[in-house]
Amino acid sequence: MPLISYRDALNQALREELRRDPNVFLMGEEVGVYQGAYKVSKGLLQEFGERRIIDTPITEEGFTGVGIGAAMVGLRPVIEMMTWNFSLLAMDQIINGAAKMRYMSGGQFKIPIVVRGPGGAAHQLAAQHSQSIESWYAHVPGLKVVAPSTPYDAKGLLKSAIRDDDPVIFFEGETLYGSKGEVPAEDYTIPIGVADIKREGTDVTLVAWSKMVSVAMKAAETLAAEGISCEIVDPRSLRPFDDAPILASVRKTNRCVIVEEGWPYVGLGAQIAYQIQQAAFSDLDAPVTRVTGADVPMPYAKNLEHMAMPSPTRVVAAVREVLYLD
Amino acid sequence: MATATTPDHISRQLADTPKATLLDMLHKMLLGRRFEEKCAEMYALQKIGGFCHLYIGQEAVAIGALSTLRPDDVIFTSYRDHVHAIVKGCDPGRVMAELFGRRDGVSKGKGGSMHLFDRKVGMFGGHAIVGGHIPLATGVAFASKYQQKDQVTLCFFGEAAVNIGAFHESLNMAALWKLPCIYVVENNRYGMGTSIERASAIYDVAARACAYDMASETVDGMDVLAVRDCISRAVERGRREHAPTLIEARCYRFMGHSMSDPVHGHYRTKEEVEEQKQQDPIKAYFGHLLAAGLVDQKDLEQFDREAREVVERAIQFAEASPEPSADDLYADVYTEPYGPFRRSEQ
Repeated sequence: MPLISYRDALNQALREELRRDPNVFLMGEEVGVYQGAYKVSKGLLQEFGERRIIDTPITEEGFTGVGIGAAMVGLRPVIEMMTWNFSLLAMDQIINGAAKMRYMSGGQFKIPIVVRGPGGAAHQLAAQHSQSIESWYAHVPGLKVVAPSTPYDAKGLLKSAIRDDDPVIFFEGETLYGSKGEVPAEDYTIPIGVADIKREGTDVTLVAWSKMVSVAMKAAETLAAEGISCEIVDPRSLRPFDDAPILASVRKTNRCVIVEEGWPYVGLGAQIAYQIQQAAFSDLDAPVTRVTGADVPMPYAKNLEHMAMPSPTRVVAAVREVLYLD
Repeated sequence: MATATTPDHISRQLADTPKATLLDMLHKMLLGRRFEEKCAEMYALQKIGGFCHLYIGQEAVAIGALSTLRPDDVIFTSYRDHVHAIVKGCDPGRVMAELFGRRDGVSKGKGGSMHLFDRKVGMFGGHAIVGGHIPLATGVAFASKYQQKDQVTLCFFGEAAVNIGAFHESLNMAALWKLPCIYVVENNRYGMGTSIERASAIYDVAARACAYDMASETVDGMDVLAVRDCISRAVERGRREHAPTLIEARCYRFMGHSMSDPVHGHYRTKEEVEEQKQQDPIKAYFGHLLAAGLVDQKDLEQFDREAREVVERAIQFAEASPEPSADDLYADVYTEPYGPFRRSEQ
C-alpha cells in the first residue's frame, strides 16, 4: 500500500468523490486558486474548475448557510473551514439549520453536507486559533461528528461522510496533515460510527481520537518498556459513538484512561466515562481517569502551551495511577 | 418613495392580468385574513401553543409576490409564515394541524407555527432565527444556478433582519455569483417593539442594494398589484439573468408582534395603528376590482364565505388529527433510524 500523508489522503477522498458524483462540490476560503490553506485541496481547481471548487469571501456564516441551502435541494457540499475556530461564526447555520432542518420539517429534507477543516492546537497559535471543540458539535442531535487519527481513516471516513445523507462535522487534526500512513489508492470507505482498536493490550484501556491517538501510542510504548500493556481504542466517530469496543476492552483490562485534547469541563471524556461506569461498573478496578487539555484559553508561550496540552508523560502518569503503581 | 400603483398602472395591470388570477388574489387575501383571525381565536383557547405571529395587514406582500411564481419556485420566510405557506400551496388543514401540534401537520407537529415546511409545494420553511434563513435561500438559488435550472428563490424577512451579518454576507455572494434569489424585505416598521428608526442607521432598506451593485426596488407593500408588478420584474431578472434583486415592501402589521404583544404595545400609538388600518390592503384591492367592474359586493361576500368555510374545515381537520406518537419523538433526527445514537442516552 502506498505510504501517503493525512493531507493527501483527504485530497484523494475529495478527488474521488468529486469524480464519482457531480453533485459534490467544495466551497470555502482559499480552497481554489490558493489550493487550500493547508493544501488539502491541491490540484482540485485545475481538475474540476470554478463551478465545483468555489473560493468564497470570508463569510463563514454565509457560505456555510449557502451550502446547507444547496444541500436542501440535493447537492452534496463539502464546506471547508479554514480552521474550526472560525466555525463559531457559522454555528447558527450548522446547529439551527443543518442539524434541525430534517426534524423540524417532519423529515422532508435531508442535509447531506460535510463541514470539514483542521481542529485543535498547532504550534503557538494562541487562544483564538487553538481549540478542540468537537464536544460542542457532538452535543447536538442531528449532527454526526467524525475525527480520524490516521491517513487511512481520514480517506475512508471522508468518503463515507460525503456519501452520508446527514450533516457530518469532520475534524481533521491540524498537526496531523503531514503524518504518513498506508492508504490504498483505490476506493474504500470506513463506516461512520465504528471504533477501531489501534493497539491491542491487556492491562489498561486508553481511549483517544484524532491526534491524541499518537500521544496515547507514545505513552503505550513507554509503558510497554515497563511491562505494562495498553490497549488503545479510537472511537473515530464521536457521534454516533461506538461504545461496544470500549466496553469490551474495559471488561478485559478493568481500567481506563481517556485522552482528550479539549477542555475537561463538560468535555466528551466526561460523557465517555459516564457510559463506561453505567455499563461496566462492576468490571472497573479503578475509577476512569481523564487526561485533557488544561482548563484555560490556550497560551502563546511555548512552555505554557506544552503544559496545557495532554502529553505522553501525563498519560503515563494517569495509567500508573489507575494501576495503583504510584 | 415606494412604487405605488397610479390609476393608470392599476387599469393597465387589471387589463393585463387574467381575471382568474385577479380574483384568486382577492380570494387568497381573504383566506389569509380569516385564517389568521381564527389562529388568534385558537391561541386564546390554547389550541395553539408557543409563539404565534400574525400577518394581518401585510397580506398584499405575500399574495402579490407569490402570484408571480411557478410551482417549482422556492420560498423561505421568517416565523410570521402562516399566510406564505397557504398561498404557496400548503393545505390549510395541514397548516392548522401543525399549529395544533398534530401528526398530520405539514411538519408532522415537530415545527409548529414558526416552522411550516412543505417541500413539494416549494415551501422551504418558516425560520425562527431572525435572518438565519437568508443564507439558506441563497444556497437554494446557488443550486439552481449549479444545476442550470431557471427556478427562482424568494426569501421573505422583516426589516430588522437587514442589520444582521448574514444579510450582508448573502447579498454580497448572490450579487458576486449572480444567483437567482429575490430578497423581499417586509418593512412593517417594527422589529418586535423597536422601530426601524431606532435600529437602522438608514431608513431606506432598498438603498442598501447599492453596496452590492444589485437591482432593487421599493414598493408599496399595502398594494397587492404594485407588489405583483415589482416582483414579476425581479422574477424575470432571476430566470433570465440569474441575477438577484432586493425588494423593500413597505407595509404595516395591524396586530402585535406576537400573541403576547397587544395590538399597539408601548412602542406605537393607538392612533397610528388606527390610521394604518384605514389602508387595509384587502379593502383597497377590492376597491380597484370593484371600480373596474370585475367584482361586486356579492362576489366579495361569496369569497369571504368560502374563505371562512376553508378555515372551518381546517379547524375540523386539525381537531381530528391525532397527536404525534411516542415513536415520533425520535423519528427524523437522522435519515437512518435513531438506534445507534441511543446508547449515550440510557
